[in-house]
Amino acid sequence: MENIMQVKDLKTYFDDTNVLKDVNIDIPKNEVTSIIGPSGTGKSVFLRTLNRMNDVISTFRKEGTILLDGEDIYDPKIDAVDIRKRVGMVFQKPNPFPKSIFENVAYGMRVHGVYKKAQLQEVVERSLKGAALWDEVKDNLDKSAMSLSGGQQQRLCIARTIAVEPEVILMDEPCSALDPISTTKIEDLIHNLKNKYTIVIVTHNMQQATRVSKYTAFFLNGTIVEKGLTDKIFIEPEDKRTEDYITGRFG
Amino acid sequence: MARNWEEFFVEKILLIAAVSSVVIILAIIGFVVGQGYTALGTIGIINFVFGLIWNPDYGLYGIFPLIIGTLSVVAVSLLFAVPLSILGAMFLAEVAPRTMRRILRPTIQTLAGVPSVIYGFFGLIVLVPFMRTHFGGSGFSILTASLILTVMVLPTILSISEDALRSIPVEYKEASLGLGATHWQTIKNVIFPAAIPGVITGVILGMGRAIGETMAVLMVAGNVPLIPTSILSPVRTLTANIALEMGEATGLHYNALFATGIVLLVIIVILLLIVNWVNYRQRVTIGGGYL
Amino acid sequence: MNRIIPPKHANSIMNVIFWGVGILAIAILVLVIGYLLYVGLPQVNLTFLFTDPIDNGAAGGIWPSIVSTFYITIVALVVAAPLGVLAAVYLAEYSGENTFVKTIRFATETLASVPSIVFGLFGLAFFVVYLQMGFCILAGGLTLALMAIPTILRTSEVAIETVPQSYKEGSMALGSSKWQTVIRVVIPAAIGGITTGIILGMARAVEETAAILYTVGATTTVPVSLFDGGDPLPLHLYTLATEGISLPNAYGTAAVLVILILVITFSTNYLVERYTKKMMGR
Ligand SMILES: Nc1ncnc2c1ncn2[C@@H]1O[C@H](COP(=O)(O)OP(=O)(O)OP(=O)(O)O)[C@@H](O)[C@H]1O
Ligand SMILES: [Mg+2]
Repeated sequence: MENIMQVKDLKTYFDDTNVLKDVNIDIPKNEVTSIIGPSGTGKSVFLRTLNRMNDVISTFRKEGTILLDGEDIYDPKIDAVDIRKRVGMVFQKPNPFPKSIFENVAYGMRVHGVYKKAQLQEVVERSLKGAALWDEVKDNLDKSAMSLSGGQQQRLCIARTIAVEPEVILMDEPCSALDPISTTKIEDLIHNLKNKYTIVIVTHNMQQATRVSKYTAFFLNGTIVEKGLTDKIFIEPEDKRTEDYITGRFG
Repeated sequence: MARNWEEFFVEKILLIAAVSSVVIILAIIGFVVGQGYTALGTIGIINFVFGLIWNPDYGLYGIFPLIIGTLSVVAVSLLFAVPLSILGAMFLAEVAPRTMRRILRPTIQTLAGVPSVIYGFFGLIVLVPFMRTHFGGSGFSILTASLILTVMVLPTILSISEDALRSIPVEYKEASLGLGATHWQTIKNVIFPAAIPGVITGVILGMGRAIGETMAVLMVAGNVPLIPTSILSPVRTLTANIALEMGEATGLHYNALFATGIVLLVIIVILLLIVNWVNYRQRVTIGGGYL
Repeated sequence: MNRIIPPKHANSIMNVIFWGVGILAIAILVLVIGYLLYVGLPQVNLTFLFTDPIDNGAAGGIWPSIVSTFYITIVALVVAAPLGVLAAVYLAEYSGENTFVKTIRFATETLASVPSIVFGLFGLAFFVVYLQMGFCILAGGLTLALMAIPTILRTSEVAIETVPQSYKEGSMALGSSKWQTVIRVVIPAAIGGITTGIILGMARAVEETAAILYTVGATTTVPVSLFDGGDPLPLHLYTLATEGISLPNAYGTAAVLVILILVITFSTNYLVERYTKKMMGR
């Protein structure tokens, strides 16, 4: 098993508030890793640290290292923009741009310098198929993305992300704003995506974690209490706190 | 019972205060049109608006050169002010670190608060001589007036655009950055396009301010009522025309100046209708009124 | 441009441009204000401030202009502040969103956008001629009041609207009438914003020139009654500057006006800051 990302002694701060306290975890390549844990324990902050999204927040500061393919992503010589190309992100609320469906998917390629219409069309089609959305929108590529349903919008955001061909896709509660049917579609999609991509998904839904992921990490108060094979964590957790959480006794 | 009466009275008094804006604007329109329309009748609307010569001594009341004067000064100033304001707004909303914002905001606000006569005076004693030495001519010109106007409309356009840029949900920005776009690509391709209605509003309101500006332009534009031949020609604007001549005007001349006021009112109302049509409601921010 | 320049270079280039624009804005302000204070302040002393001008301002001081500015601003505020604030209370607390209110809003917007010289025309036609006030402080002050109303109204309205609903409900639940609630709860809570609005209206009155060009007259003696003519600072500066009467006195007048406006601007800033801090509970 190969680890695509390695997080060592990660601590993060906003001004003086310490959010992540000491996080160590390896992310295996071409697998799905779930992050679970109560609200406010730093799951989103952790995820956003993995693609340097927190750089946008001026008060953000971190200690420790995060390696991507053995390379420190916070190395001063490395541009956050390049990291985000390699580590894509799908957000909790679907956030398509107020542009057409086509333009949403083509956006990433355009900003990375692809202008040939034929090439754009090909990648848009491939990405929409990859996100299991093609059949629903193929006749309406010029329609505004805002006219899609929430579930379709989220799949569009996934299509938009895979069009850039990242190595890792981070998903922060991608189904929390969606109905059960859309949720199932996205879960199926995650299954198919893991052949090509490494996925890290934050979820509050225990069943979802067991359905989609091979590995799980349990976050509590800015640290990882327990991590390992999903089956192991859910069937025989080692830590009392993990057990309490997954059986719904707190959190 | 007494309390009900009190409530009733209070509400009526408040209502009267609220209606006063309507009454005042109608009174302004009424009096300006009332004094101006006889001139329009005597001179003829076509002769007035498209007449090429303004020379009250000879009974010639054509404001076309003044309209061109206003348009040229406004157009050139917007040419400078729009890009500068938009860049400034992007800087403030997106790029500038906290300390820079702390300095720049009050700066913009103070620029908005500097009296027009002060801008005019500065233009007169500094910019006009400067233009004279470096570009020749008298120094009083479209260009000089436009440069002063640029500084005057910049705060209007900038602050409204900044608000518009700020109101774009951060989710769009994060989505774009998450796809590996640079900050500038994100601003250019996502944040700015979404803010365009607000920016247009800012530009139109800035334009209104430029059209209505009197003192500063009066002091540096040269006030020659002829159609300009170059950007270094002196011009007279509609507002300057009123300010210059009202003092000595009597009879038809007096009424013709009010008719010039009608033209200004019409332009402003049209601009406001466009703003409402763009339908971007910009609540007043600290720093003054609409235009 | 992204087709020619690699995105990251474009990003760096734009950063430089952004900083350039920001610094340009600061430089312009420093240049204008700095230059006028530099040439103007040496002219300003107690004699300049407190004596009458000689020969229309060729020599002597600016005392009548200071008094005129003071008078005319007071007249404007005495009229505009109550009207603006009461109208704001009506719009924020007593009215729904209907055609009538939309009309009032559009009228206010238009009023805020009418060129000042057109206010001047109206002041001349209505106050000076129709009401037979003649050129005087009162006519000028009333003209300025009309200009200040929209500024005061809109700022106060925003301040009143941001008073939390829970405050009002708290008061109503104790059996206060609507008006009592407005007077005892809403206005005190919004007083910072309302004061800001009034100061902004005042700034408009202090700096305005075009609107009073043909309404106050240009008497260079100290006005005593409201029906005396006056020569407020901006008008005095305009006359000195354009009629080539005295450049040093023009410099001095400009410096006084600049300082006045700076004081007003900074006191508003201070108020706004203090007020927002208070509202946030700090
Ligand atoms: N930009 C920020 N500035 C300051 N504090 C922040 C910021 N972002 C997050 N935090 C703090 O970090 C802590 C962790 O937040 P985070 O969003 O990571 O929680 P979470 O585990 O994702 O919770 P949820 O399950 O509700 O999404 C919270 O206490 C939050 O207040
Ligand atoms: Mg979260």
